[in-house]
Amino acid sequence: MAAISRDDVAHLAKLARISMNDSELDHLAEEMDLILGAVARVQEVAGRDVPPTSHPIPVKNVVREDLVRPSLTPQEALSGAPAQSEDRFKVPQILGEE
Amino acid sequence: MATALAAGELSSVDLTQLHFDQIEKVDGAVHAFLYLDKEGALAQARTVDAKRAKGEALGPLAGVPLALKDVLAQKGIPTTCGSKMLEGWRPPYDATVVTKLKEAGIVILGKTNMDEFAMGSSTENSAYGPTHNPWDLTRIPGGSGGGSAASLAAFEAPLAIGTDTGGSIRQPAAVTGTVGVKPTYGGVSRYGLIAFSSSLDQAGPCARTVLDAALLHEIIAGHDERDSTSINAPVPQVVKAAKKLDVKGMKIGVVKELQGDGFQSGVLSRFHEGLDALVSAGAELVEVSCPTFDYALAAYYLIAPSECSSNLARFDSMRYGIRVGDDGQRSAEEVMKLTRHAGFGAEVKRRIILGTYALSSGYYDAYYGSAQKVRTLLMRDFSAAFALADVLVSPTTPTTAFKIGEQVDDPLAMYLNDIATIPVNMAGIGGMSLPCGLAEEDGLPVGFQIMSPAMRDDLMYQVGGTLEAALLAKWGAPILDKTPVLAAR
Repeated sequence: MAAISRDDVAHLAKLARISMNDSELDHLAEEMDLILGAVARVQEVAGRDVPPTSHPIPVKNVVREDLVRPSLTPQEALSGAPAQSEDRFKVPQILGEE
Repeated sequence: MATALAAGELSSVDLTQLHFDQIEKVDGAVHAFLYLDKEGALAQARTVDAKRAKGEALGPLAGVPLALKDVLAQKGIPTTCGSKMLEGWRPPYDATVVTKLKEAGIVILGKTNMDEFAMGSSTENSAYGPTHNPWDLTRIPGGSGGGSAASLAAFEAPLAIGTDTGGSIRQPAAVTGTVGVKPTYGGVSRYGLIAFSSSLDQAGPCARTVLDAALLHEIIAGHDERDSTSINAPVPQVVKAAKKLDVKGMKIGVVKELQGDGFQSGVLSRFHEGLDALVSAGAELVEVSCPTFDYALAAYYLIAPSECSSNLARFDSMRYGIRVGDDGQRSAEEVMKLTRHAGFGAEVKRRIILGTYALSSGYYDAYYGSAQKVRTLLMRDFSAAFALADVLVSPTTPTTAFKIGEQVDDPLAMYLNDIATIPVNMAGIGGMSLPCGLAEEDGLPVGFQIMSPAMRDDLMYQVGGTLEAALLAKWGAPILDKTPVLAAR
């Protein structure tokens, strides 16, 4: 498979929302190359006739009655929030200044 | 301990205090615990003692102390998952496993150290420093549940809870000379278990004997409507099975692929002694072949990172956990990126990037898709093998405990530690590790793994209980009696 470049890792880091400095990107590109080289062998046995398995047990949608039940108070739900305001999570600006 | 408590020879408060004394004495050297809840533990112990004094009916483990892996949410108690990301977080709710432990009267001493977000095989990836193996403090206690296993081997706790995604209960058990069980996937609720790889994660019991593990297993297992993958079926009767001490006529499948190259000779010789003990007890050995096992590790290191890259997206610095760089000017996305840079350790970042790659368009079929197909083939291998044998066995790990620092810079070498445990998670079946002696070359514990079909966890307890009794008769004393006495620090 194609080698992973530093730019590829930078793109992945952007997708994963993790900032990384140059040396981290270089190091990770090297490691990714090694790891992907090792795991690519799954393709050797994954024939077209083999169905994929996502879960070891059959997973089906689970529904329940829509009843009001005891749940967390706003204070409890917000207890771990880095910042809060008026019983809500307070977050940095989402839209730019423009 | 439970017997002495029930007989009134010992109070839970005294028993709990004795364990805190031991922790005080040795945990400076072992570092099994991240947090101790003395107040909560002693309050629970007092409650149990009061109920017992009144003659109330109590469960079999009521009043017995336990060490809880820090991946499970416990209301009001710091829960970090071994990560800086969750430093200072106190969950507003209990995991279902924790609720069940509390209801059973079990005394939770504190939270145990682990590889960050359960990713690792040595507990060296904890953001709070490594745990040391009580058998040799310069060696790793396994991972990710190294704190739980080490607390048992250091006699800091008689029971512990672990979680197992690719071997994180069984591999630490193997290298510390303790017992660890990964129940069938869906057998124990995952509600409140901070997710790493949702289709593989499973909580389970850790103990010093097979029967103790079985008693704990029955307490934490069972259907939970808060976990959509929880199996709605009766809990296998593992306590009864652990007490059977009889394997006459049972067929034990020895997995050909899990005993060759890469397995230390002392591990293999102790494993073969275990097999001999089972034959002497009346079991029949059958050799089984699982050719796809050779690909299990590769498939695991695509599936687990893929699921983790999605699961760990929740750590976005908005609702809980740390937030870094919020100066009032930066955007939410910039703050998120800075927080995740500061909050996650190297292994976690490595796996998130790997998973992001495996799931990205253009590579999905070649990587994640192929890995899912390998998963199907692994399940077929297990089905064929279980048609020939009641349970399957192998060494739990290829080697005994290695030195701290030895593999930390070589992720591929580190991943090989789980080569024998990973197939079990991929297929969602049950797996147990119990001690089968000390390797002659280094005097360190060796683990014997027993695998049972889905929801037949009772079979591995039956074989494990019998093997444990046979080995104990041969040794005269449990191998944990040989752990070095840890000096106070």
